[in-house]
Amino acid sequence: MDKSEIDKIATLARLRVSPAEADEVATRIGGILTLIDQMQSVDTAGVEPLAHPLDAVQRLRADEVTETDRRDELLALAPSSRDGLFLVPKVIE
Amino acid sequence: MLRLNVTELSAELSRGAFSSVELVRACLERIQRRNPSLNAFISICEESALAEAAAADAARAAGDSKPLLGIPLAHKDIFCTRGLATTCGSRMLRDFVPPYDAGVVERLRGAGAVLIGKTNMDEFAMGSSNETSFFGPARNPHDPGRVPGGSSGGSAAAVAGGLCPMATGTDTGGSIRQPASFCGITGFKPSYGRVSRWGMIAFASSLDQAGTLTRSAADAALMMRAMAGLDPRDSTSVDRPVEDYASELERPLRGLRVGVPAPHFAEGLSPGVERGIRAALAELEKAGAELIDIDLPNNHLSVPAYYVVAPAEASANLSRYDGVRYGHRCENPVDLDDLYTRSRSEGFGDEVKRRILVGTYALSAGYYDAYYRKAQRIRRLIRRDFTEAFTKVDVIAGPTSPHVAFPHGAKADPVEMYLEDIFTIAVNLAGLPGISVPAGFEDGLPFGLQIIGPDFGEARLLNVAHQFQQLTDWHRRLPADAAGEAS
Repeated sequence: MDKSEIDKIATLARLRVSPAEADEVATRIGGILTLIDQMQSVDTAGVEPLAHPLDAVQRLRADEVTETDRRDELLALAPSSRDGLFLVPKVIE
Repeated sequence: MLRLNVTELSAELSRGAFSSVELVRACLERIQRRNPSLNAFISICEESALAEAAAADAARAAGDSKPLLGIPLAHKDIFCTRGLATTCGSRMLRDFVPPYDAGVVERLRGAGAVLIGKTNMDEFAMGSSNETSFFGPARNPHDPGRVPGGSSGGSAAAVAGGLCPMATGTDTGGSIRQPASFCGITGFKPSYGRVSRWGMIAFASSLDQAGTLTRSAADAALMMRAMAGLDPRDSTSVDRPVEDYASELERPLRGLRVGVPAPHFAEGLSPGVERGIRAALAELEKAGAELIDIDLPNNHLSVPAYYVVAPAEASANLSRYDGVRYGHRCENPVDLDDLYTRSRSEGFGDEVKRRILVGTYALSAGYYDAYYRKAQRIRRLIRRDFTEAFTKVDVIAGPTSPHVAFPHGAKADPVEMYLEDIFTIAVNLAGLPGISVPAGFEDGLPFGLQIIGPDFGEARLLNVAHQFQQLTDWHRRLPADAAGEAS
């Protein structure tokens, strides 16, 4: 993986990789991808992907309100909030 | 008092040898003296612990005799605790105080256990040495120059070091069993879905499972009885009855068929560990078990497949940390994108960022089939290997880890660190229960025997582990100073 690919992935993940770290990050991730590529040594044609160990399906419940209103308690965790809203830098000029 | 296990402490509390307040006070004093060097705890809740202990003593006086009543407990700092900081070992959540208790926390509280603090861990449970913690590495009580294992390293160090008789952990790829092996204690990872994940901070949701770190398998049975069961708030929680694990412990080993997996004895296994594990298997055989050689032909693919599935799920789970709703926020963001990017880059450590990048790559357009789908197909092959093996055997047994605890800083290369979990990871991919029990020492450092069971084979697994602990005393050999006399 080269530096431009690292940049692209970092942007998708909303992470910053500084130019000073870029080489090391590329080397480390290259090593991990080499490990992962051992998967290609086995033929998996016709094998169903397994997403859940027990192949379970999502349990459904009655469509009833079970949560209580805890808006103020949860908003209190936010780094910045006002009038029941999360505050972020201005998005629209 | 500090070396006794939960089963013994429970009996002593019942007969009035000491009170829960006295026991909790002894643990708190021990923590104060030993934690500066072990770094096993991230936070300690002295005041509430003493209040809970006093309440437990009062309940006992009024006739309550629940087995965990008044027993000190530590939670891995991945479980949300109402009003008590829950950091997940990360700068991102350094100041996060949850407004609710995790399902596991509620249940153990309901069982009468006394919460004394939250334990150190690899950041977001990503690591096998506890070295990725934002709060510095925990240390192994058998040798402070070595790691306690990870990611539940703080819980293992606390239980082995005499700081607390029982603790919770989580296991996504070996994070309970490997630290239990390195610290010479018993670590139990139940089947996927057996214990609620609600309020347990998510790493890789199809693999994460909560479990126990204790000084005996009988203790694990007591904790599991309290922790297991359906929780409608966790959509993958399983609706099936919880067995009375303690009542199954005394079943004899005669006739037990034990599978010995060839790939777990391949090159890379330390000779001292191999000798000890072979001797442990011979003990089971002497007690009437039958040893049967088995193969797990796709085991070598478990680490590669895991390092697609786990980072992919982690990259999705950790996208919630955006600097907006809770967690770390950078100073003076210039715009929304800067707020996201800088908060995340400052809040996460190197290993977490690496895994997010790998996961994002594996899920990105054009790579999804080659990586994520491929890994899920291999996951099925790995599970089939176990299903096939369990038609011939009742349990599978081998080493938990290829060697004993290594010195801090010894595994700087991430891939080398990932290969630490070569014997444990397949169990998570298959969703099976597994336990590590102390099985010997090499150069003064403990190692564990891993026993793996079929789906929801918790009762049998705890029974086999308990019977092994009737035949051996490795689980009694806590570090010399765990009694608290020496510093």
